[in-house]
Amino acid sequence: MTDVLPRPVVHEEHDHEVVHEEHHARTGILNWMTSTDHKVIGMSYTVTSVIMMVIGGAFAEIIRAQLSSPNGTLVSLAQYNELFTMHGSVMIYLFAGPFAFGGLANIIVPLQIGAPDMAFPRLNALSYWLYLFGSLTMLSGFFTAGGAANFGWVAYAPLSNSLNTPGSGADLWIGGLLLTGFSAIFTGVNLCATIFYLRAPGMTMFRMPIFTWNMLVTAILILLAFPVLTAGLIMLYCDRHFGTHIFSVAGGGVPVLWQHIFWFWGHPEVYILALPFFGMVTEIIAVFSRKPVFGYKGMIFATLSIAALSLGVWAHHMYTTGVVLLPFFAIMSLMIAVPTGIKMFNWIGTMWRGQIWFSTAMLMAVGFLITFLIGGLTGIFLASPPLDFFTHDTYFVVAHFHSIVMALVLGAFGGLYYWGPKITGYMLNETYGKIQFWFLFIGTQVFTIPGYILGLDGMPRRVAIYPHDPQWQTLNQISTLGAILIGISTIVFVVNVAVSWKKHPAGDNPWDAHTLEWFTTSPPPHHNYYRLPQIRSERPTWDYNHPDHKTAGHGHHPQPQPDEVTVT
Amino acid sequence: MKVEAKVLLGLGAFFGAMFIVYWHYSNEDAGGVMMFGGMLLGFLPGGYYYWWSRRMKARPEDNPYATQAQGAGVVGSFPGTSIWPFTLGVGCFFMVLALVFGIWLVIPAIALVFWALVGGTAEGRRGGKV
Repeated sequence: MTDVLPRPVVHEEHDHEVVHEEHHARTGILNWMTSTDHKVIGMSYTVTSVIMMVIGGAFAEIIRAQLSSPNGTLVSLAQYNELFTMHGSVMIYLFAGPFAFGGLANIIVPLQIGAPDMAFPRLNALSYWLYLFGSLTMLSGFFTAGGAANFGWVAYAPLSNSLNTPGSGADLWIGGLLLTGFSAIFTGVNLCATIFYLRAPGMTMFRMPIFTWNMLVTAILILLAFPVLTAGLIMLYCDRHFGTHIFSVAGGGVPVLWQHIFWFWGHPEVYILALPFFGMVTEIIAVFSRKPVFGYKGMIFATLSIAALSLGVWAHHMYTTGVVLLPFFAIMSLMIAVPTGIKMFNWIGTMWRGQIWFSTAMLMAVGFLITFLIGGLTGIFLASPPLDFFTHDTYFVVAHFHSIVMALVLGAFGGLYYWGPKITGYMLNETYGKIQFWFLFIGTQVFTIPGYILGLDGMPRRVAIYPHDPQWQTLNQISTLGAILIGISTIVFVVNVAVSWKKHPAGDNPWDAHTLEWFTTSPPPHHNYYRLPQIRSERPTWDYNHPDHKTAGHGHHPQPQPDEVTVT
Repeated sequence: MKVEAKVLLGLGAFFGAMFIVYWHYSNEDAGGVMMFGGMLLGFLPGGYYYWWSRRMKARPEDNPYATQAQGAGVVGSFPGTSIWPFTLGVGCFFMVLALVFGIWLVIPAIALVFWALVGGTAEGRRGGKV
């Protein structure tokens, strides 16, 4: 039968004698296939997207190995084109986005607002299946005669038309993106409806955790951006197979229109990728500094202004086409630095005079701040047209966005170490976690920083071979070394999961954390909550556990610094 | 409900302003059309929420002093396990594969999609298995 759910029981006192409904979680593949529980679906998303990260990472290692010598012969030029196309596609479309809004958000957002499930559980399940089948469709290009798509992850017209890129790999790429695009749209609808309609009593909008706020804004951005991409892909498919000339000059079309459509999706997509990780980092920094988030409302308005501005900056990827309104896009792009700067300030403000606990999650979050700052500042250079004309399509751009996305990877692992105990019920090993952090953090800098120098020196991106130049070769080899360190860090993570598998039970609230998800059991029961605390601030679990140090209203934060912190 | 409405209306207003500036100064149409669409996406649901927020009592989740008891009652009806999302997903998968491997795949694809839609709707009416 369909569950008609009553509200969880009222709970004021510290009594744990609540009669629990018995729910026997069935196991087996049929249960997994038919589950509509947001935690099961979120876990499927998380595992699938981490596998995608490993696949995309393997492509990256091959690319870096090829580039470690000027005339590398590891792969052919055609294979190299497939590899960098699929590396970008897998990482952007199949890892970073789905990991955040399909994986962690799916599990954590209903828990953070006290909801029993997502608003539309069956639509949620459909999202996962579309994502999985879309991923398989895109990757199956490698098994076709012509190989996988090889026009870059941006598929610029006219390179992506049927004359320049024949073969079914490109069509499978388009098909896979259609499926994953719809999956993202459905998840966006689901997140919006859940956050608008399923909050617990007292959980007003301005008491929602920052992660939930960021996921709401991400969901709105998904709804703005992804339909544009889907429409563009259908136009591209029509151009390739049905004889239309939307993107080809020959029939009166406009090739640069593809770039407009693609980047109108593509730039908000950057924030669809980044905002969830901003949210994770905010939660982690607040908990491990043992303080409320500094500037809670400022954080939310910064997120909203990033979302608003992100819709007006797409053509900063197209400065060198020479047909875009340069001042408009330069001003809008530079303005995004302001809300991002506010966030950076608030993260530091949260840590300021806090009792910082350098757990693995906190290290990852601090690593995120540093790496994101490097990527963000070089982004400000690129937002300026005169500098962009000089550095466009060089390794400077590659290094810039890899600083950004590697910061997101640091944030992703931070989120896994922070919420992993809640999701699985068991702690991850901290020693292995710290080893992983140092490999990942140092590897990231060793990998990206030579790219900036190479780019300023004029090395173009997307090349498999380059002129003999001792400096270029050395810098490329350093970069390859960084990629190897990052690869090792992923192996350390896998080892960590194996080592800590069902070893140390986490308890309900191992980090003495603030937000509602830490009030329920780890892992949470079916439909999440047997009981809920009164919600009087944005830190209900903290207020419940520390009646003497309750969170004051906005602008009146005392410094809640407990004498000792119990860790299990 | 008011905060939700204001967030969406605010975003819509900003996109509208950007649309006017961009439309006026650029010599390109696609971006303006897309920003106009963004404005609508802010205004349509935002306006709906605003309209409702003036006609309804504040919900417990909008009341900062609500107790859990005030939210007592039914949260909603949630489906149990269901095979139809998977079936619908496989149908869509076949439909995309038909773009590449041959138009005949459309037949099983449409059959699966139709089957899943009927099955899912029927299940929603009588309640599935938990």
